[in-house]
Amino acid sequence: MNDATPNPKIIEPTIFELSSPGRKGVSMPASDVPEQPMPEKSLLRDDLPLPELAEVDVVRHYMRLSKFNYGVDDGFYPLGSCTMKYNPKINEDTCRLYGYLYTHPLQPIETVQGNLALMYELQEWLKEISGFAAVTLQPAAGAHGEFTGVLIMHAYHKSRKDAKRTKMLIPDAAHGTNPASVGMLGMTIQQIPSDARGNVDLAALKAACDETVVGMMLTNPNTLGLFDENIEQVVKIVHDCGGLMYGDGANLNALLGIVKPGDLGFDIMHFNLHKTFSVPHGGGGPGSGPVGVNSALAEFLPTPLVGMLESGNDDKPPLYGFIEPKKSIGRMKAFHGHFGGGLVRAYTYIAMHGADGLKDIAQYAVLNANYLLARLRATYHVPYDRICMHEFVAEGQFAGSDVRALDIAKRLMDYNFHPPTNYFPLIVHEALMIEPTETENKNTLDAFADALIKIADEAKSQPDLLHDAPKTTRFGRMDEVKAARELVLCCWLPEDYGD
Amino acid sequence: MNTPAQLKYTKTDEWFDSASGGMGLTDYAQSQLSDIVFIEILVDVGDQVEAGKPIASVESVKASAEIFAAANGKVTAVNRGLSDKPETLNSDPYGEGWMVKVENGTVGESMDSAAYVKYCEERTH
Repeated sequence: MNDATPNPKIIEPTIFELSSPGRKGVSMPASDVPEQPMPEKSLLRDDLPLPELAEVDVVRHYMRLSKFNYGVDDGFYPLGSCTMKYNPKINEDTCRLYGYLYTHPLQPIETVQGNLALMYELQEWLKEISGFAAVTLQPAAGAHGEFTGVLIMHAYHKSRKDAKRTKMLIPDAAHGTNPASVGMLGMTIQQIPSDARGNVDLAALKAACDETVVGMMLTNPNTLGLFDENIEQVVKIVHDCGGLMYGDGANLNALLGIVKPGDLGFDIMHFNLHKTFSVPHGGGGPGSGPVGVNSALAEFLPTPLVGMLESGNDDKPPLYGFIEPKKSIGRMKAFHGHFGGGLVRAYTYIAMHGADGLKDIAQYAVLNANYLLARLRATYHVPYDRICMHEFVAEGQFAGSDVRALDIAKRLMDYNFHPPTNYFPLIVHEALMIEPTETENKNTLDAFADALIKIADEAKSQPDLLHDAPKTTRFGRMDEVKAARELVLCCWLPEDYGD
Repeated sequence: MNTPAQLKYTKTDEWFDSASGGMGLTDYAQSQLSDIVFIEILVDVGDQVEAGKPIASVESVKASAEIFAAANGKVTAVNRGLSDKPETLNSDPYGEGWMVKVENGTVGESMDSAAYVKYCEERTH
């Protein structure tokens, strides 16, 4: 291991700092057609200080930045609840097929039958995987899917003249996006505690259920990586008070081919194609968050859905087009979802694995997580310690030591691993949330477990190694407090920029 | 962990001082959150606050949290200065870190300091 101190001089300037007035990436030839008047000035935003660089400068800038990065193609990335599985490169081929790449969402449907067929089939596959009656592919990401789902729940109650329902039940283990999506609709949120085994506390749930409940948003398996042992009772209690059961599909990877949320009694769920179905993520998007619903909610889905307008026969292929759900909540996106970036890749992934392959994915994801749990539970305290699903949560603290989860996470970077999620879920002290995914082999898992066990030793013998970590990365420990308290959110131009 | 004897404490880690009418978050809560970097107080002078309802939201480098009123009462003062110096919540949670003061406040469901210390210890282990 190299203990060199990072060189503070090697800091990449921003693209604005690299800009020089008049520098260009392309030279345009003199116009050989009559000039047209430009749109009115206010549309052109002359004042926008766009950087001016040559193509080579732009390429080198971003190439240098990309080398600062650590992605799933560099190494193990056990970021809990994010399902940072390896993204097969065949996806990159299929989503760049010309027929997908060079089509426009406003083309006449007769000219994009292949695209529509893919979307139709993906809807059908997601229905089969989840046990729901209908699926929309529109939502742009997971939280957008949640927001879509909550709108649908709201529309359902409203259609039944049940306007008093304004309270959503959300467990304390939930992703923060759940209350955020609910809050955007102005609903109130009641937090439901977890019990000693990490399940929803049934007594607290019963006490919270009344005629004002919109529904419950539950992630199952939850963010502790635990399958709720009382899931059927949870669903029944919520249904008995007239509420709907919403599934946060973030952790669907553990269930593929084994359990269908629709069969468990969930009424509605969003998928994260960028987690479960290998669409790349972590770089800010684009994600993809389709929503599945049971038959009672199907007519509220966003419009339009892809439908088979005419079924085919031996001589004629089917005709695909758009259909409008009767009581649709409206459009959730200008067009039809993240087609090339999300839907084509997810379609490829599902087609490549098939039904048996998807089940293998879930089983290996669960096996890998349990293998790591078995190797680490003697070293790191696991507060809800039972057979886990695709992830588990350990405590990153030791009795008599001031080492914290953050220090352990930073130290892992010196061992060339991406840290796990830390400080989430909030119900575990100094949480380290570890999700290996199915794509990692035993050697990788062992190397990661060895590193964590060694770090636990270091925490006792050389705690400063952890406090000062990381030492081998280009940049050392960031000052997170300063970054959050002294926000610099705008850019400015060099003093001698232009006139 | 500092738990002044004259204060009342909630299960959600707020304190209430019946003498001054002040309320805020506890020393235990600030140590769990670690460095607090943001606070927004959601009530104004003249508002009626209700025990258990949110009065503020705080963010630390680790997490964000809602702060609930520890008592019922009419707001007489709001510590607006905290938003410029959220670190006060870490350094002086029972003093300069007060969030809201109410008049004739009646405390909601609460514990005395001995019970609160026990409650915190149970959660740490």
